[in-house]
Amino acid sequence: MDALLLARIQFAANISFHILFPTITIALGWVLLYFRLQSNRTGDAGWMQAYRFWVKVFALSFGLGVVSGITMSFQFGTNWPGFMEKVGNIAGPLLGYEVLTAFFLEAGFLGIMLFGATRVSTRVHTLATFLVAFGTTLSAFWILVLNSWMHTPVGFEMRDGVAFATDWMAIIFNPSMPYRLVHTLIASGLTVAFLLAGISALRWLWNDKSLGIRKSMRTGVYLGAALIPVQIIVGDMHGLNTLEHQPAKVAAMEANWETGPNVPLVLFALPDEETRQNNFEIAIPDGASWILKHSADGVVPGLNDYVSDDGAILHPPVAPVFFGFRIMVGIGILMLLVSWKVAYTLYKKGEPSRWEAYVLVGTTFSGWVATLAGWYVTEIGRQPWIVTGIVDTASAASTHPVPILGLSLATYLTIYVALLAAYIGTLWHLAKTAANSDEAKELDAGQFKGAVARALS
Amino acid sequence: MNVTELPIHDWLPIVFLGLMGLSALIYVVLDGFDLGVGLLSPLSKSESDKNLMIGSIGPFWDANETWLVLAVGILLVAFPLAHGAILGALYLPTMFMLVGLTLRGVAFEFRAKGPAHQKQLWNRAFFAGSLLATVSQGYMLGKYVIGLQTGLYAVLFASLVAVCLTASYGLVGACWLIAKTENALQKQAVEWARKLLIGTAMGMLALSVATPWVSPRVFDAWFSFPNIIGLAPIPLVSVALVIGLHVILKSLPNADDKYRWAPFAMTVALFILAFSGLAYSFFPYVVPEQYTVWDAAAARESLTIILAGTLVTLPMIVAYSVFAYKVFSGKATPLTY
Ligand code: HDD
Ligand code: HEM
Ligand code: HEM
Repeated sequence: MDALLLARIQFAANISFHILFPTITIALGWVLLYFRLQSNRTGDAGWMQAYRFWVKVFALSFGLGVVSGITMSFQFGTNWPGFMEKVGNIAGPLLGYEVLTAFFLEAGFLGIMLFGATRVSTRVHTLATFLVAFGTTLSAFWILVLNSWMHTPVGFEMRDGVAFATDWMAIIFNPSMPYRLVHTLIASGLTVAFLLAGISALRWLWNDKSLGIRKSMRTGVYLGAALIPVQIIVGDMHGLNTLEHQPAKVAAMEANWETGPNVPLVLFALPDEETRQNNFEIAIPDGASWILKHSADGVVPGLNDYVSDDGAILHPPVAPVFFGFRIMVGIGILMLLVSWKVAYTLYKKGEPSRWEAYVLVGTTFSGWVATLAGWYVTEIGRQPWIVTGIVDTASAASTHPVPILGLSLATYLTIYVALLAAYIGTLWHLAKTAANSDEAKELDAGQFKGAVARALS
Repeated sequence: MNVTELPIHDWLPIVFLGLMGLSALIYVVLDGFDLGVGLLSPLSKSESDKNLMIGSIGPFWDANETWLVLAVGILLVAFPLAHGAILGALYLPTMFMLVGLTLRGVAFEFRAKGPAHQKQLWNRAFFAGSLLATVSQGYMLGKYVIGLQTGLYAVLFASLVAVCLTASYGLVGACWLIAKTENALQKQAVEWARKLLIGTAMGMLALSVATPWVSPRVFDAWFSFPNIIGLAPIPLVSVALVIGLHVILKSLPNADDKYRWAPFAMTVALFILAFSGLAYSFFPYVVPEQYTVWDAAAARESLTIILAGTLVTLPMIVAYSVFAYKVFSGKATPLTY
C-alpha cells in the first residue's frame, strides 16, 4: 500500500469515528435544554428523570467526541501538509475561530452543566445547558463552513499557487454552505430522535414504564416524525445545488454515464468503471430527469463528459458514491415510515405496540449509518480534488514512511473498534441499570392510567 | 537585533509566538495537574479515595485540554512550516500522546458508567493513559529543545526530560490534591508531594546542566556577559521556591487548613520560571536551529483576522474559565449528576 492510500484511510477512519459523537451531542444538547425547560415549567418529575438519564449519554458521547476531536486537530496538519500549504490562509482562520468561539465555550460550561446542578441556581444551570448546546452547534457551523468551502470555493485569489482570501463573507456563505449546514444539523436531530426512541423502547421492553421513559420516547418519535420530511426536502435542494456546482458528483450518485435527456432513475445497479456501464440495472424511466430537472426531457450530465482526451478520469469513483447515496436515502425512507407509524400509535393509544417497540430498537443507530453514508457520498464525490479545482488530493498528502503510517493506522483502528464496542456496551448497561432502578418500578398497574394521563398532558 | 525597531507587520509573528507560548504554558499547568492526579491515582488506598481524586478534576479536564488544541491550532495556523517540521519529526510520539489522552479521557466516563466488573480495567486505562501522555509530552519537549536531532544522545536527553516532566506533573497534581482534599487523603498527598519535589528538583538541575551542554547556542545565550546577570534571578528564585516548598510541605497539613493553596501556587511559579528560561533560550526560533518566527509565519492578512478574533474572545474565555473554577472551588466531592 502506498503512503497516500494509508494517509487517506487513516484520516477517513478518524473523522468517521469522530463524527459519530458530535452528531449525537449537537442535537442532544438542545433536547436536554428542552427537558430542563419543561421541568422548570411543569415541575413534572418525568422531565427530570429523562434529563438525568440522557445527560449521562450526553457526557459519554461528549467525552468520546472530545478525545477523537483532539486527534483530528493534529491529523489535519500531519496527514495533509499540502492542504495547509495551499489553502491554510483560508482554512486557518476558520479553524481558529472554531476553537476560540466554540470549543472553549462548550468545554468551559460542560462541567457546570454536568456536575453543577447543586452548586448553582436553576437559572445558571439552565443557562450553562444552553451555552453548551449553542457551543456544539457553533462548532458544527465553523467546521461545515470550511468543509463546504472545500467543495465550492469562492472569495479568494491564487498568488504563486497559494490561496489568499479576498472576501470573507463570500467564503463563509459559500454556495453549498447553507444546504450542508441545514442538512447536517437535521441529520443530527434525526440521529438523536432515533437514539431516544430506540433506547426508550428497549427499556420499555424491559418493562420500564416510568414517566421519564414515556417522555423520552414521545420526544424521540415526534421529533423524528417532524424532521424527516424536512430532511427529504432539504436533501433534494442540496442535490440540486450540487448539480449546479459539482455535476460530476451527481452523475456518480445517479450512475449516469452519458449526458442527455430522458435519463432513468437507477434504483439498483452494479456500476462498472472498466466497461463504463451499469450491470443488473433496475430503473424508473425518465426518473432522474424528473428529479433533477423537473421534466422528462431534462438534460442530466453523464460521467463520460469527465474523461479527458488522453483517457485520464476526472470524475469520482462511481460505486461508493452510488451505493452510499442509496443507503442514505433508503434509511431516510425507512425513518419516514417508522416514525410516522409509531407517532400515529402513540397519538392514538399513548404507548407503542410490542412489535413497534422492536422496530424502534432496531433503528436505534440508523442515524449513524445514514450520516456516515452521506459523508462518504459528499467526500468521495469531491475526488480527485481535496479543494474543488484548486488542490488535488494526491498532492496534499503527507510523505511519512509507509511503516510509520501503517503502525499508526493499525493503532488507531484497534482503539476505535474497542471504544465503539465499549460505548455501545455502556449505553446498554446504563439502560439496564435505569430500567431496574426504583424510579422505573414506582409505577405499578394501579398507577398506570393516572401516569398516562399525566404524561399526555 | 532590537525588536522594538521592527515594522508592524513583523511584530505580528512575535505576537502569535507569545500567544502560542501562553496557551502552551496554561496547558502545561492545567493539564499538568490533572494528568498528575492520573499518575497518582493507582497509589490511592481505597476506591472512594480514587473517586475523590478523579472527582477533583472531573469538571475541568476537558477545558484544560482545549488549551492544547489552541496551542497546536496557533502553531498550525500561524507557523505552518514549523508545524510540519515539528509534528513531522515527532509523528510517533505525537501518536502515543494522542492515544494516551484518548484512553484517559474515555476512562473518566467508562469507569463511572460502565458495568462494575469493568471498573478496574478503566482505572488502569486512566493511569496508563495519563502516564503515556505525560511521558510522550516530555519526550517531545526534549527532542524539541535539542532542535529535533536524532541519534542516541537525542534519545537519552529526551528520555531524561520525559522522566523530569513526569515528576513535575506528579508534583503539581499532588499539590492540587493538597488543596482539594481532606484528612487521610490530604496527608497522603503531602507525602507524595515531598517525594516528587525531590525528583522534580533533581530533574530540573540535570536539565539546566545538560541543555547548555547539548546546545552551544543556549550556552552562549546564558553564559555571556551581561546576560548572565540579568538572567540570574531565574535560577535563584527557582532554588528559593524549591526550598520554600520543602519547608511548607513539612508543616502541612495543619489544623485550620491554612496555606493549603501555597504548594500549588509555588509549583506553578516554578513552572512559569522554567518556561521563561526555555522561552529565553529559544527566541526568536520556533523550531530551534531551523526556523525563526519570521521564516515560518503565515500570510499577514490571515494573522490579522485571527488576532482580531483572539483579542475579543480571549478575555471572555478567561472570564468564564475563572467562573467555572469558582463554581467548583472548595473541597472535592465524588461526581454525581
Ligand atoms: C440522518 C441522516 C441523513 C438522512 C436521513 C439523509 N441525509 Fe442526506 N446527508 C447526510 C445525512 C442524511 C449528511 C451526513 O448530513 C450529509 C453529508 C454532508 C452533508 O451535507 O450532509 C448528506 C449528504 C447528502 C447529499 C450530498 C450533498 C453534496 O453533494 O454535498 C445529498 C444530495 C443528500 N444528502 C440528499 C438526501 C436525501 C434526498 C435524503 C432523503 C431521503 C437524505 N439526504 C437523507
Ligand atoms: C469540515 C469537515 C471536514 C473536512 C475539512 C474534511 C476534509 C477531508 C479531507 C481533507 C479528506 C481527504 C480527501 C480524500 O481522502 O479523499 C476527506 C476525505 C474524507 N472525508 Fe472528509 N472532511 C470533513 C468532514 C467529514 C466528515 C464529518 C466525515 C464523516 C464521516 C468525512 C468523511 C470523509 C471520508 C470517508 C473521506 C475519505 C474519502 C476518500 O478518501 O476517498 N468527512 N475529507
Ligand atoms: C476536519 C475536521 C475536524 C476537526 C479537526 C475537528 C476537531 C475537533 C476537536 C479538537 C474537538 C474537541 C474540542 C474540545 O476540546 O472540546 C472537536 C469536538 C467537536 N467537533 Fe469536531 N472536528 C472536525 C470535524 C467536525 C465536524 C464535521 C463536525 C460537525 C458536523 C464537528 C463537530 C464537533 C462538535 C460538536 C464537537 C464538540 C464535542 C462533541 O460534541 O463531542 N467536528 N472537534
